Amino acid sequence: MSDLTIWMVILGLGIGTFLLRFSFLGMIGGRQMPEWALRHLRYTAVAVLPALVAPAVAWPVATGGQPDAARILAAIATVAAGIVTRNVLQAILAGAVVLYLALWLI
Amino acid sequence: MPSLLHRPTFRRGLREALPFILMVAPFGLLFGVVAQEAGLDLYQTMAMTILVIAGSSQFAAAQMIADNAPALIVLATALAVNLRMAMYSASLTPHLGQAPTWQRALVAYLLIDQAYALASVEYDKRPAASLPDKLAYFFGTMTVIAPVWYGATWLGATVGAAIPPWLALDFAVPITFLAMVAPMLRTLPHLAAATMSVVASLALAWMPHNTGLLAASALAMMAGAQAELWLSRHKLRRGPEEAR
Repeated sequence: MSDLTIWMVILGLGIGTFLLRFSFLGMIGGRQMPEWALRHLRYTAVAVLPALVAPAVAWPVATGGQPDAARILAAIATVAAGIVTRNVLQAILAGAVVLYLALWLI
Repeated sequence: MPSLLHRPTFRRGLREALPFILMVAPFGLLFGVVAQEAGLDLYQTMAMTILVIAGSSQFAAAQMIADNAPALIVLATALAVNLRMAMYSASLTPHLGQAPTWQRALVAYLLIDQAYALASVEYDKRPAASLPDKLAYFFGTMTVIAPVWYGATWLGATVGAAIPPWLALDFAVPITFLAMVAPMLRTLPHLAAATMSVVASLALAWMPHNTGLLAASALAMMAGAQAELWLSRHKLRRGPEEAR
């Protein structure tokens, strides 16, 4: 890919991403959204983020897409710690500890 | 704007964003490394990180530039990864929609996963907070996170080759996203949405150009909304004393 093409991709991605983020905030502004829309939007974060990482947990790029016991155990530990402690930092620590322990042991 | 920076909610935003440095720093570091390996120079790497600030799409773009994919396909795929940002935008609109246009534009520019996760928890907890308080909280979180993202990318692009693979930095991203989601699983509808999200994203991973992610997210939002409706009908039948 030429330098100019790379710059076009960077610029296009920057502008496109901003427009996606500005879409509703920019257009709808102060108008009230209908209840059915709000009912769906309440679950945006729990709907998108797990879908974003589930394939990376099941088929990690670092292992060439092969399922990896250490990474699956670390994911389970992270979710379990997050549910029990309700604390993001403690969940990250639990996941990291289990990941390194498992990578070292297995 | 200056008055926003003096609000206690701004300082709470700063404070509550601190743990996220642990996730944003490795993520940015890793992007710096990957972008260099993909053949981007330091200016291009920094331009992408500052203009886009959306890690997963930057990774997707760098990966496809390295694979010599056509520019339009790179752009379409990376933007598809970012379609969720439109959902974030919609979800924050009831809270921040009344702000002046330039402030909404600034919120839009800064609307990354971590800021959205923090803000949605905050606005859930304090729905009646004033608009300036809500804005101040949001800007507080990104005052911490954005500089870390830029700085970590620069560091990764500069010293990248020295990071050993046994650190398994690739997994910093999944762990931090999961750590953000787990504390949100406090009701049955949230649990239903997350479960559908995992199952559908794995089942639809075959779909081309990351469209499986979008389909799975839409299905998961419907699962959450339907579970909420079912729960409220159930409670009506059982009487209000059963309601949580």
